[in-house]
Amino acid sequence: MEPLTSPPPIRRLQLDDPAPATEAAPPASTSSNGDAPQQSGFIAAKRSVGAPQFSIRRMEIDQVSVFYGEKEAVKTVSLPVRQGEVLSLIGPSGCGKTTLLRSLNRLTELTTHARLTGRILLDDVDIKLIEPTLLRRRVTMVFQQPNPFPMSVFDNIAYVLREQGSRRQRKKTLEPAVLSALDRAGLLEEVKDNLDHPALKLSGGQQQRLCIARALAAEPEVLLLDEPCSALDPKSTQVIEDLIVKLRDDVAVVIVTHNLQQAYRIADHVAFMYLGDLVEYNSATALFGSPREKRTQEYVSGAFG
Amino acid sequence: MKTASPPQSTAPSAAPQPPSPSQGGTKGAVEGTATWALSDRIGLAICWALGLLFCAIAVAIVVYLFIKGISYLDISMLTTPASAGFSQAESGGFSDALIGTLIVAVLAISIALPTGVATAIWLVEYGRPAALARITESTIEAIAGIPSIVLALFGTVIFSSTALGFLSRSSEGVVFGRSFFAASAMLSLVALPLIVASTREGLNAIPRHVREASYAVGKTKAATVRRILLPSSRPQVATGAMLGLGRIIGDTAIIIVLLGATQNFAPVEEAPFPLDYLRGAGTTLTNFVYEASPTGNLNQPEKAYAAAFVLLLMVLVLNGAVDIVHRRARKVGTWSH
Repeated sequence: MEPLTSPPPIRRLQLDDPAPATEAAPPASTSSNGDAPQQSGFIAAKRSVGAPQFSIRRMEIDQVSVFYGEKEAVKTVSLPVRQGEVLSLIGPSGCGKTTLLRSLNRLTELTTHARLTGRILLDDVDIKLIEPTLLRRRVTMVFQQPNPFPMSVFDNIAYVLREQGSRRQRKKTLEPAVLSALDRAGLLEEVKDNLDHPALKLSGGQQQRLCIARALAAEPEVLLLDEPCSALDPKSTQVIEDLIVKLRDDVAVVIVTHNLQQAYRIADHVAFMYLGDLVEYNSATALFGSPREKRTQEYVSGAFG
Repeated sequence: MKTASPPQSTAPSAAPQPPSPSQGGTKGAVEGTATWALSDRIGLAICWALGLLFCAIAVAIVVYLFIKGISYLDISMLTTPASAGFSQAESGGFSDALIGTLIVAVLAISIALPTGVATAIWLVEYGRPAALARITESTIEAIAGIPSIVLALFGTVIFSSTALGFLSRSSEGVVFGRSFFAASAMLSLVALPLIVASTREGLNAIPRHVREASYAVGKTKAATVRRILLPSSRPQVATGAMLGLGRIIGDTAIIIVLLGATQNFAPVEEAPFPLDYLRGAGTTLTNFVYEASPTGNLNQPEKAYAAAFVLLLMVLVLNGAVDIVHRRARKVGTWSH
């Protein structure tokens, strides 16, 4: 175990004030000033969000490669992850987008033969120096399949809130935090009368929002979403998309999606990956409206994938 | 039965047939076998016949034992120990054997259950070093295949050693090696493979992303196992424990060889209360049934039936308990795959 050589990480305890005034102004965007809505020849989907109010750099993916044995699943990718924005990773199956997502909270380390080179910074601290359980409370994740734990709705959230090793807190002390997490995930209205309801008996969409509530309960800085809507019906998808857009001011959101319309609807920046390469990174309107790369052009127009 | 037929067409064959033949209470359409090949139909018939046969055998055993058992069972048998006597009326009941079975069951399962569950968790969730995991796996399979009489013989060697003298009766440096401790320890090996297999099955049924969801909110492996994985596999653990308990209370070979198979408790005088009985020899219901059967020393078959009936009741109660655990688990629900 590496000793913690870096200063202790910044933990925001309250998220009531989403825009800390002390933060520096967003850095001038690296390559994309294309936020001006360009008229796209792309699909009839509507952007459901306006331009971000602000953006604060939270994570920095710096020349990251991930190997599974000999196979290079992610090839020297560099990306910023900003609070105030939704970053969407798109690309055909097997292009490394999920692997990249999982490396952001060191979940790739659970795969025995996975190896990562390069640096990933969270608030300017290399995540290799952060103890994994601590990191994963700051960078939480929602999965493709709704996977609430086999306990009540309340306990699902309380499980996250309870500190390891310490005595189990009483229900009363945890209740405000549980309710607030459910509220932020837009689930409170539906479940508040029966918090003891078994979580696995909720509908698929509710289950997924519970998973988001669970991920938010840890008060993370970054929220990772791995195709969160692919197992859901269109109505639930819409609810969750609205939720994601609402969340972007509180947490930096990274979403992997196969659904290009979805990326167009909710993402502020889009990264297109192909066979492990980051092909193009740009604002959503620019990437879908006037892609610079030929492969992006082909992919977003449905030529392959 | 005929429904109001719409006079739409002169060709009745074109109208879709209502699924009328399946009125026997089954939901949904039942596939007819009329179109099947003859060999398939014969196969199906054999399956049916075999199923009915085994049901019949099981029912016959239970009913026979019920009738015999209830007619011979006397409540006093449950409360009086066996004693020497010239007739069945004088020779007492089997309270010592009943208590002996309970002691053996509790002791053996309290060794086997934690060990088995822990082994299964290690195999499924950790499994490293891989070579050790493989060896453990095949060792457990080997134990499952060893006849209990062989385990019993091996047990006599172990528990007769001077170092383990404190687990049984010993005098002047000679260790008797037969006690509730010795029998339970070996019986736990009989139950262990069942518990390991069943728990592994339960853990393996949990999708990988559920574990990852727990890690992804900063939980350690230990917390995940304790709070998520073990509660989720509770039904399978219960099934394993039930199967194991069934084997424990049903085993005779180890009891005869390692418990001493006396008629009554034979406590060790110098030990304090619970230990004097646990270190001493004793008997169980299976041993009593064996002894009381026509081939045994006692030859009082009526009491054998009564004792066998009690044994059967215990197994049925265990089955019911596992059913309750499974039903509770269904209320909690499971993940869609």
